[in-house]
Amino acid sequence: MPADLSPIWISLATSLTATAITFVLGITAAAWRERRSGPLFALLDGVFLLPLVLPPTVVGFLLLLLFGRNGPVGRIFLAMGTTVVFSWPATVIAASVVSFPLMYITARAALAQVDPELINAARTLGASEWRAFHRVAMPLAAPGILAGTILSFARAFGEFGATLMLAGDIPGRTETIPLAIYFAVEANEMARAAFWSVIDVGISLALLFGLYYWSQLQSTSRARIERAG
Amino acid sequence: MSLEVHIEKRLQSYSLALDFTAGAKPLAILGPSGAGKTMTLRCIAGLVTPDRGRIVLDDRVLFDSEKKINVPSRERRIGLLFQNYALFSHMTVSENIAFGLDRVAPDERAHKVRRQLDALHLAGLESRLPRELSGGEQQRVALARALAIEPEALLLDEPLSALDTHLRSQVEHQLLSTLAAFEGSSLVVTHNIEEAYRLGEEMLVLTKGRVAAFGPKEEVFRRPPTLDVARLTGCKNFSRAAVISKGMIEAVDWGCRLRVSQPMTQPVVHAGIRAHQIDFLESTDGGANPEHTFPCWVMEASETPFRITLYLKLHSAPRPGEQPQLQAEVFKEKWQRFKDRPFPWHVRLDPDAVFLLPD
Repeated sequence: MPADLSPIWISLATSLTATAITFVLGITAAAWRERRSGPLFALLDGVFLLPLVLPPTVVGFLLLLLFGRNGPVGRIFLAMGTTVVFSWPATVIAASVVSFPLMYITARAALAQVDPELINAARTLGASEWRAFHRVAMPLAAPGILAGTILSFARAFGEFGATLMLAGDIPGRTETIPLAIYFAVEANEMARAAFWSVIDVGISLALLFGLYYWSQLQSTSRARIERAG
Repeated sequence: MSLEVHIEKRLQSYSLALDFTAGAKPLAILGPSGAGKTMTLRCIAGLVTPDRGRIVLDDRVLFDSEKKINVPSRERRIGLLFQNYALFSHMTVSENIAFGLDRVAPDERAHKVRRQLDALHLAGLESRLPRELSGGEQQRVALARALAIEPEALLLDEPLSALDTHLRSQVEHQLLSTLAAFEGSSLVVTHNIEEAYRLGEEMLVLTKGRVAAFGPKEEVFRRPPTLDVARLTGCKNFSRAAVISKGMIEAVDWGCRLRVSQPMTQPVVHAGIRAHQIDFLESTDGGANPEHTFPCWVMEASETPFRITLYLKLHSAPRPGEQPQLQAEVFKEKWQRFKDRPFPWHVRLDPDAVFLLPD
């Protein structure tokens, strides 16, 4: 067993932060896009979904161009006296970008299922657009949005290629579990690779089971309210 | 109390161009599907923006295309009962009713919800979810939710169409008392003639996005202004007509001359009479008004539970291949008394019941 367990905490911190970011951005983008139609927006869909179809190395390379010292975003950070590349935030950026499409696509599908008449009803009852969204659209789209969150988390937790390109493999700072496994195998330390693999499977199962249990709890408490009524 | 609606809206299949003012009496909007009834309500509620026009509720301008005024739906204070009720399926009855009261203090909110629950006989159902309610109950919750915000106008979109027939009369009764108690303009959209007549005081007939008739409901039914309105209000009998002299017309398709009481202020192209106003005389001598009485033969009869529709041929016995000239509707009791009598029977076309149409 390796003395340094930091990949666990880095992986969890990275994927949870990335999931939180994609949750907000994905739902915002989905809600915004949901009310619009036209060829330009269809093109935008393509851009939003691109990280899903591109090889992670390509995503990583593009991010490197964007966030590198000479990249448009990188220069802004440089002017502020910091760099993003090869730092922990880079792992979050890489994980967020690759998991965003999953959140976006499922949130859109879930929001499209909500009867627009219900949103109209909320409006006639004096609700602001925000209130109509978070009190009516969101709760009704919740099962789909939960599914999207799980998928995004799973994708972020397993992220490897883009992270390696943008954040590198710096033990204790950017080395996530997938990176640790890859470099263990490369160094021919099979036991270490196996250890991290078991940890990865264990954490994934525990989280997925936890989410499942939690959603079951939600629906049984709902059913209890229904019976009481 | 008034709701002034003057709107134009171009839509894919038709264009809407309306101009009417609803007062304090409930206004029924009757029209075939696709006439723009629901679209009209949506424009008034602010869910759809008209291309041009003006909507004024009491003294509040809700929409004015020239002055660039377009009050958002949430500030219009217009209660809209959606055709499918649009209840929030994840909220209980109480939560649904309280939805529009979020800016009201909690104890006042509870009080207002209570009042709607009582007024619409929903006590005991507070913590139910919409899917656990019957159709009639769902409709009452939707109504309570719309009324809870104390709207200044109430718009009902096909309020009874989602209900089973046996529930309708009961729910309709409730709806009538709600409408009677409501202080503000109320509009009821329906495609059902009888519902329109029972729920409205005033009536507006809509065809292809235009106002085809507007006025007190008795007037609209008694003297429909056009052939379309006559048809939409359920009239079955029409004949081409020509003016013979003042107060006298020739009904070409019925083959008879008729005295009419309606003043002839417009050209007369058609004459009409409603099926239930065709009267069969008990005696065969033509009674006191022989000039409106004609011999007739029954060609066909079609039964409904309480009434019977008779298809009539006037003046002479029908020959094979001939079409009936008139449709009469009578109660079964009368049919029972008449049915074995030999033809011809005698039918009377009341001068007050015959109306003239300019198209």
